[in-house]
Amino acid sequence: MKISKEKFGQSFDALAAEYQIIAPVSEAEGVNYEAVKNFSEVKQDYLNSKLPPKSFFFPQHEKLLSYKKEGKDVTVKNELKVKKTILFGVRPCDAKGFLLLDTVFKNDQYTDPYYFERRDNTVVIGVACNKIAPTCFCSSMGFSPASSAGSDVFLIDLGDAYQVEVISEKGKALFAGLAGLEELSTEDHARVDTIKSAQTTSKVDVSTITSKLDKMFDNSYWDTLQEKCIGCNACTFACPSCHCFDISEEVRKNDGTRVRTWDGCMAPLFTLHASGHNPRDKKKTRWRQRMMHKFNYFVHNSGDISCVGCGRCIKSCPVNMDIRQVIDGVNKAELVVN
Amino acid sequence: MELNPYMPITMKLVKNLVETEDRNINTFTLQFLNKQDEDNFKYMPGQFAEISAFGHGEAPFGIATSPTEPGILKFSVAKVGCVSNALHLMEEGTMVGVRGPLGNYYPLEEFKGKNVVIIGGGFAFTTLRSLAVYMLDEKHRGDYGDITVIYGARNPGLLLYKEELAAWETNPNINLVTTIDRPAEGWNKRVGFIPTVTEEIAPSSVNTYAVVCGPPAMIKYTLPVLEKLNFPPERIITSLEMRMKCGLGICGRCNIGTEYVCKDGPVFSMAQLKELPSEY
Repeated sequence: MKISKEKFGQSFDALAAEYQIIAPVSEAEGVNYEAVKNFSEVKQDYLNSKLPPKSFFFPQHEKLLSYKKEGKDVTVKNELKVKKTILFGVRPCDAKGFLLLDTVFKNDQYTDPYYFERRDNTVVIGVACNKIAPTCFCSSMGFSPASSAGSDVFLIDLGDAYQVEVISEKGKALFAGLAGLEELSTEDHARVDTIKSAQTTSKVDVSTITSKLDKMFDNSYWDTLQEKCIGCNACTFACPSCHCFDISEEVRKNDGTRVRTWDGCMAPLFTLHASGHNPRDKKKTRWRQRMMHKFNYFVHNSGDISCVGCGRCIKSCPVNMDIRQVIDGVNKAELVVN
Repeated sequence: MELNPYMPITMKLVKNLVETEDRNINTFTLQFLNKQDEDNFKYMPGQFAEISAFGHGEAPFGIATSPTEPGILKFSVAKVGCVSNALHLMEEGTMVGVRGPLGNYYPLEEFKGKNVVIIGGGFAFTTLRSLAVYMLDEKHRGDYGDITVIYGARNPGLLLYKEELAAWETNPNINLVTTIDRPAEGWNKRVGFIPTVTEEIAPSSVNTYAVVCGPPAMIKYTLPVLEKLNFPPERIITSLEMRMKCGLGICGRCNIGTEYVCKDGPVFSMAQLKELPSEY
């Protein structure tokens, strides 16, 4: 079924009264996700946002709790606040990223309430990619520019209309009363087929990378790989599946807030003990950690590679490091027998 | 909603005791404020907690008390960072935050019916104390065979829990061997490094577990001794430290390979560590 963008826009604007709607908008620096009130504000023809929309479940900076000290006493207050949200215009890579983050923020022992309260109160509306960037390689990561995995409702942009696919119960509830649905025309079907069969032009081979990395912890490949990296963490901040964070205090006199902020494995202080010992004290060990975590540890722990092929780390790297070349390098690395 | 694992309970610092003569280690005794908090805080020897010094931050410390000591928790902490400094300077009566218990614990079920040799060095004796006190408790002592404790420090003044050690000297339920690195005035017990002393004592590995905690150099030279005494890696247990923030296996910094020291550890057997990359 499809709906004209005009009719869809009317429903969108009506939903804005009940929900906070986050959607891609044009900014000076490119496209990013922001709160919008009207469908007219939404950017339609975009490749993808500069930063991934993970920040709406896992903000770059968020209050965990606040406290007030009075003499020797203290009162502590939970700062978890959540709004009903629609996240519109999410690309398949980022929606897949949410599925990966879900397995991090809920593990065998703990559930992160800050992440999941937002996740549970958000409906994700995905939109297939009509354009593919040269840095995209999702087709190599087990899905495609038109995968609906991770979306509650999935749209395909047909120009003046959207093809609508309701994926989850959440999506069903949101779109139950959607008026103006029409059948697809023959041309529409052809257009949908073209978009659905599109593949990224850039490809990597991850078919054996996990088992290869099982044997590569002490490989000399890591020695030179990282030489030009400046450890800025741009790759981790731009990554839809990176989840590392720091917890720190912001204090003014007797009032304090405990906040968590994005952090990343490429920074030397990330693992520094108070004693001065640092288990990942060299860039080599940190690059190894990044690759091992995404393509090996994560697979062993969660059953999936923690890279969605969005290419943001390639675009944002100031020294042109390219994860596709690193994957290739791992594939080609010689295994040394100890 | 489930309990928020980031929200600490409030506990009262009832005693802030200077533990070692170099004044670098203090033992904090924290008191539960109500029964409910205490009932929710069910822990075992080897687990740790995140302590908040409000205004300064939160840091992970091993629990030095045993669950057989109700009403309180104790932590012996070296003054090295922002949080530990704030705690050292804290006035008794001040409220602190406690999040936990976190992590796994010593495999006490496996220890049942076995002898246990506890080997500790320096101030890495906190959760080992918890373990010893737990096993010595009259309700549990019958579950275990011989309990031997080999504990060393650079000098006598750096040994933790001196009064308790004195009591163990005469306790027939435990065989305590203390040692210091170099001779010191007034010290009439053993002198020598932990690995050497362990070799001298030569505890039998038959039906025995060894639990080893201490500075890296001590561990490094003690493990070969245990190997020589025929302790298999499955029966050598240790506890690791890592920089941590969440303590819940989410924030991403304390992993060794696939394992998060906070939630999959901190207690590991040498057999488990041999399977992991040497990145700790």
